[in-house]
Amino acid sequence: MKKISFIVFLLFFSIGKAAIIQVGANFPVKKIKQALAVAKDGDTILVHSGIYKEGTILINKKIYFIGKNFPVLDGQNKKEVLSINANDVVVKGFKVINSGHAALNDPCGIRVYDKNNVTIQGNILDNNFFGIYLQNSTNCIVKNNVIKAYGKAEQLIGNGIHCWKSNNLQIIGNKITGHRDGIYFEFVTQSVIWRNIANNNIRYGLHFMFSNDDAYITNVFKNNGAGVAVMFTKNVKMFNNYFEENWGDSAYGLLLKEIADSYIFNNRFARNTSGIYMEGTSRIKVEKNSFESNGWGMKIQASCMENEIVNNNFLKNTFDISTNGSLVLNTFNANYWDKYEGYDLDKDGMGDVPYHPLSLFAVLTENTPSAMLLYRSFMITLLDKSEKVLPSITPDNFVDNKPLMKSLPL
Amino acid sequence: MNRIIKIILSDIIRNKIVLAYTLILSILSWSSFALEDNSSKGLLTILNVILFTVPLVSILFATIYLYNSAEFIELLLSQPIKRKKIWLSLFFGLSTAMVFAFFIGAGIPLLVNSPDSIGFMMLLNGCLISVIFVALAFLSSILTRDKAKGIGLAIMIWLYFALLFDGMVLFLLFQLAEYPIENMMVGITAFSPIDLARIQILLHLDVSAMMGYTGAIFKDFFGTSVGLMVSFVLLSLWAIVPFFISMRKFNKKDL
Repeated sequence: MKKISFIVFLLFFSIGKAAIIQVGANFPVKKIKQALAVAKDGDTILVHSGIYKEGTILINKKIYFIGKNFPVLDGQNKKEVLSINANDVVVKGFKVINSGHAALNDPCGIRVYDKNNVTIQGNILDNNFFGIYLQNSTNCIVKNNVIKAYGKAEQLIGNGIHCWKSNNLQIIGNKITGHRDGIYFEFVTQSVIWRNIANNNIRYGLHFMFSNDDAYITNVFKNNGAGVAVMFTKNVKMFNNYFEENWGDSAYGLLLKEIADSYIFNNRFARNTSGIYMEGTSRIKVEKNSFESNGWGMKIQASCMENEIVNNNFLKNTFDISTNGSLVLNTFNANYWDKYEGYDLDKDGMGDVPYHPLSLFAVLTENTPSAMLLYRSFMITLLDKSEKVLPSITPDNFVDNKPLMKSLPL
Repeated sequence: MNRIIKIILSDIIRNKIVLAYTLILSILSWSSFALEDNSSKGLLTILNVILFTVPLVSILFATIYLYNSAEFIELLLSQPIKRKKIWLSLFFGLSTAMVFAFFIGAGIPLLVNSPDSIGFMMLLNGCLISVIFVALAFLSSILTRDKAKGIGLAIMIWLYFALLFDGMVLFLLFQLAEYPIENMMVGITAFSPIDLARIQILLHLDVSAMMGYTGAIFKDFFGTSVGLMVSFVLLSLWAIVPFFISMRKFNKKDL
């Protein structure tokens, strides 16, 4: 019995061996680098509030790196602020400011080099070149960080959360403003982006390249330079996101380029110049989304095929659909179009007359954008009406055979 | 002058055509707003009213009214009243009647259902269009003594601005599509009051679409406060210039 209790005691002792090293003006250890030098794997470094200007802080041990009352790590606009070069590191509660600005080695607020299981949680990043950079990492969590920068031009600022050649990442609940791209994914697989808010970034709110099998769910992308871009990717799931107020020439709520086998469900596209722009996409299902007050609800280029557009609401858009050719290889079914003028005699909720969502004027402006000047003039309305009756310029198989009579409750 | 305006206004009200016009406008506006839970259909209906019905009714009614009141004008001329005063009070009487008809018929439903920049812009432009086409009616009725000719001219003016002008612009657009004509197109809109009004409203109604593409060019001009001022000055000129030409002719005319 005594032996057992001794073993238990030993066990507790060995767990308790993980020391807490306190850093701060009122503690024996004044500098973070000193603490890191003496720390062992599994230790906790607790940094108290204050301003720490120590150049690049390199974490190369498995430690818990915790800030109390947001101690400031200042890069003084020279170098990278926090480099993580060990597995299982937790970074929590810091205010990371003023990383250097350089195009060659991309200095960051916080950077993870080729490691696993790193958690970066609840930090504030302000005025860094790149915010958080995950490079060749696995199983990392980036959660509840507030990332802010003051970029003026695309080439002068980095991305908020930049992930490259990683997998199994969780990007959750971050707020990103003023960077080039809010969240950037390149060669990142099997990851999830959940509940982030990216607004007022210079280029894209979210930028996806060559990243298969990812999901982004319940994010808000608002007022970014060019919206959200998803390119050269397959198996992406996009659920419950808000794409709002992405205004300007070549600005899109969602830009899809060379995407296959993806699912766009229950998103809201409001007040964008174009809600969704599709180019070279195939086998995508667009279901139960709401397109409201956009310039163009969807722009589906003729290079898209086998996409299904089902059960969406199109409300108050200037143009619901536009395309650049006469080839139509996509299907539209059971959407609600507020411009539909048909009737429903058998009362099954579906209009009895097929709806042609592509208006003549949408085709005209696609070729001659300045014709926009004449939009809603009586002449154009007449032309549009006659085209609806006898389609000659618009492809006649561009059609929703079962348009809904009432908008879906989305 | 006030007394003449009062006489004219009471005459117009007794005439009942303007009352019917007000009634039709209000039935149209209220019912189109009630049609759906969002205001977009109602706004489109009123936009079409502003671009189509308001000019037609304003110019036709004013022209016919002027011809019919030729005897009344002659009677007034025999009194010691300046010609300028008579012509001005006729103009004010007719435009007040048309503006009020539009305001009560379409303006109130607009303000109730869409109390934002779109509604306000439509209201303002609708009133201006009413005045402009009354002024054009004065011009067309003074140009010829023959009633049939004058009314014909009024219809031609309306047809030109409501339909032909846009057709010509469309033709130009496609003929010159290869050239950088965007700025020229902005200039060309100044030649039609209906187009000016339409673009003003469009910039508020289809703001998302107008922000992109060449929309940006229109937005850069019409969307700025300078552009807004310029286009309102242009619209006012469309009312003032035809009326002053007609007044000069009226002053010299041997009746």
